[in-house]
Order: sequence, then C-alpha cells, then structure tokens
Amino acid sequence: MCGIAGLFLKDETHSTALGGMLAEMLAVLSDRGPDSAGFAVYGQPTAGQVKLTLRAAAEGYDFAALAGRLAGHLQGEVALLPRSTHAIVTLAEAERGAAEAWLRANAPEVSLFAAGRAMEVYKEVGLPASVSARFGLSAMAGSHAVGHTRMATESAVTTAGAHPFSTGPDQCLVHNGSLSNHCGLRRSLAHEGVTVETENDSEVAAAYLTWQMSRGLNLGEALEASLKDLDGFYTFVVGTERGFGVLRDPIACKPAVLAETDDYVAFGSEYRALAGLPGIEAAKVWEPEPATVYFWERP
Amino acid sequence: MSIVDLAATSLRELNAALHALPPDTNDTQWTVRNPRGQHAIAVGIDAPIAVEIDGHVGYYCAGMNQQASVRINGNAGVGLAENMMSGEVRVTGDASQAAGATAHGGTLVIGGNASARCGISLKGADIIVQGNVGHMSAFMAQAGNLVVLGDAGEALGDSIYEAHLYVRGKVASLGADCIEKEMTDAHKAELAALLAKAGVNANGKGSLDPGDFRRYGSARQLYHFKIDNVSAY
Repeated sequence: MCGIAGLFLKDETHSTALGGMLAEMLAVLSDRGPDSAGFAVYGQPTAGQVKLTLRAAAEGYDFAALAGRLAGHLQGEVALLPRSTHAIVTLAEAERGAAEAWLRANAPEVSLFAAGRAMEVYKEVGLPASVSARFGLSAMAGSHAVGHTRMATESAVTTAGAHPFSTGPDQCLVHNGSLSNHCGLRRSLAHEGVTVETENDSEVAAAYLTWQMSRGLNLGEALEASLKDLDGFYTFVVGTERGFGVLRDPIACKPAVLAETDDYVAFGSEYRALAGLPGIEAAKVWEPEPATVYFWERP
Repeated sequence: MSIVDLAATSLRELNAALHALPPDTNDTQWTVRNPRGQHAIAVGIDAPIAVEIDGHVGYYCAGMNQQASVRINGNAGVGLAENMMSGEVRVTGDASQAAGATAHGGTLVIGGNASARCGISLKGADIIVQGNVGHMSAFMAQAGNLVVLGDAGEALGDSIYEAHLYVRGKVASLGADCIEKEMTDAHKAELAALLAKAGVNANGKGSLDPGDFRRYGSARQLYHFKIDNVSAY
C-alpha cells in the first residue's frame, strides 16, 4: 500500500495555498504509507535559471560552504535555500551540466534528487505530517504538485527509496504498486544509456518515461507507451514543467480518485484525501478508468 | 430522527449506536453528515431502519447490511454493501470496485457507474447498476441478479455459476464459461420485477423495455467435474 496525492491548478486562484492543500492531503494518507513521504512542487520558473534539489544525509550539513565551492568552480552566481536536510541551489541554466558533474565528483556526501526550472523535490523517512512540516510544505506556492506516502514493498525504507523520483529536468513520478519487469527494463534502459540510481522499481518507471520523452514524446504519449512496456501493478501520477498525468494499469489494482473543478484537478488514492479541498462538494469526482491516460497541460 | 455529524462524532460512535439498536427500535430514521470518504460507515447494521448519508463515502460502506435501508447521496469507495444479507443499499453516484461483493441478499442500486469486479462472488443479492460496470464483474457469481443499464467491461461473468446477468448496452467481452442465453418470457418478467424494485423504470430516460436487455449466464462447462479431464488435475 502507498498513498498518492496530486494537484494541478488551472489558474492562480489557489496558487499560494498549493502547499497547504497538498500537506493536508498527505497527512490524511498517512495510514496508506507511514514509512516515508515526499513531494514535488512546481513553482514559478525564472528565465535562464535552474534549481537543483540537493539532499545531505544529516541535518546541519554546511550547504553554504558547498554552494560557495560550487560558485567558485562555476565562476558564477549560486543562490542557496536550505530546508532541513535539503537545499535548493539556483544557478544559470547553462551551467546545469557543469554543476551536476562537479557535485557528483566533489560532494559524494550529497545526493542530487532533482533539477528543473520549476520543480523542487523533498522526501524523507518519517510520518507524512512530520516530513511536510520539516520542509515547510504548507507555505509553498506553485502551479502543481505531486506527493506520496510510502509503505515500502520492493526496496528498503530509505530516503533514496522514497518518492517522488526525478530522472529528468522538471520530471517526477510517484507510484503506488509494484512492477514485475523492472529488472529487464533497467537493462534495456542501460543499453540506451539511461542509468537508474536506486534499486527501486518505481525509479525505473520514471526513467522509462524520461527516456520516451527524450525521444520527442509528450507526457501523455510517453504514458501511453508505458502501457505496452511496463508490467505489474501501478497507479502513477507524474509531473512535468507544465503537465500533470495519471495512469492506472489495465487491471486497476491500486485505487485512484480524480476530482475536477473550474480551478483545479486533484488526485487522491482515496476520496478521503480530497475531502478538505476547496469547492470539493461541487467537484466532478470519478474513478479513473484502467489503462487510460489522463493528462493535463498548462498552455 | 437521529442526525450524526461525523465532523463531530467519531465513526466508531456512529457504528456502535447503530449496532446497539434493538429489533423493535423506534429510532428508524438516521442521517449522517460529513462522511468525508471515511471507511466502514454504517457497516454491520441489523435493524429495520433507514440511514441517509450526505456525501461521498469510503470503503465497505453498508457492508454486511441486514434489514436496513442505506442511501448514499454521493459516490462510494471499494466494497460497497459487501456481503449484504438483506435490506437495501442505494448510492446516487458511482461505486468503486467490488460493489456488492459476496452479497447474499438484499438489493443494491447504483445510480452511476460501478468499477471493476461489481458483484464478484455474488451469492443471492440483486444489483442494479444504472450506468456501466467495469471489468471482471460477476466473477464467480453464484446466485442472484446483476442488471446493467449501460455497458459491461471485459470478462463479464468469468467462471460464473448460477447468477443471472442482464445487460442493456455493450459487453466488451465475456469471461470463461459465460455465454449469452435466451431471454425467455420468464426472464423478462424477472427483469421487469428487478427494474421495478430498483425504481429505475421511469428515470427520465424513457421507459425501460426488458426486451432491450440481453441475458448472460453459465455454460456450465467449467464447474462440473469431468472424468475425461482427470489427467489435467
């Protein structure tokens, strides 16, 4: 069992409340996934800039010193926003490759969880409410967000095994279920030059979608392709810089509820997670069909 | 009349109060507010009462129901009226998977669609779905009736025993050992009675003609032991 929560705002009505709405949804989903929790929040992108989400093993890590060393190496500006065990490092988009390479080589004690113009990713072991509070989710604003509460089945309860998984810029995936062909798929992706960092089956699904999108497919098309190539149980919720998608396996083993109003689309593993959202009483609420791609995109 | 607001009263308190009702209770009208998708609301009632729930409910609502009439003004989660023994359960919206699973008796009326496995292992209840049903509905259904005014998903009636299936719309595919059967006058009469009981004859979409439905049931090839197949076991 795991819990999934997702929000895609169609306009700015709820943008400052986005984090608070997601935090409430994740807290409700604690009993579907008390091991660990995580979320990706898509904020306002700044032209020419990219955000890297870094995670240190322990609280109190000296991110400021690291950012200073990185700025020295890049000979450019590096802004830092530390949040508990995580830090958001903002730098020129053109420097992303160089920054990532330098971090991998010079800061092995730090994990690079995500990169993107809009997306920040936070995840830790612990009860969802405590994870949300630790990173200040309630105060975060943005256009869309994806969250997950984990009850581990396929790999260990670690921060790296928590969701969301990000395998491409501004791309993230959360998963409820278990994949049965992830080992084979991992080898196929390796042949294509795509590496997967953890032993987790869900990260393979994320990498598969990233690979498909790198070949020119949009998120909806990539999800459509995964129906053919992924075997197992899954409800996925995925985010891109402007897109939000939902897919369930053909047997529909894992629960899913969608709600839509004029202002937003919301996903919850169960309706309980949606019960506190504004205007939910009048929302269209339905169970997504098996093997059917649901996909929304901002213009 | 009793009104229970689940924003102020715990689910356990509600269910305990419902379970404590004596068979001859005068407290026969109950309204539940703010269900907010909670699980197991109004489960295990055994009293001739009416319960109206205003809002969407979670899993197993009205499960194991006996005698009571439970109405949900909203959608229902997984396992609605699971193992119902008698009485009536109505949901105005959609029901998630396994609605009416293993139900022995009573009537379940779903105003919208039911997801996969509706009426799985049905044991005698009557289920009337005004919309569509998902895949694997009436899987291993033993007795009772499943009436679908809309379409049915893949593998309808897989491994079915003696339940009667009536579908007005398209059937995506039939499951193992499930076949279309002749709609006799006796079956039309049975269906007319089911539609009348559900109150779905005059729902503004025109009158329903039992002749518009097709009947499906067991080919009875799967559940009899066949000596010719002994080496396969």
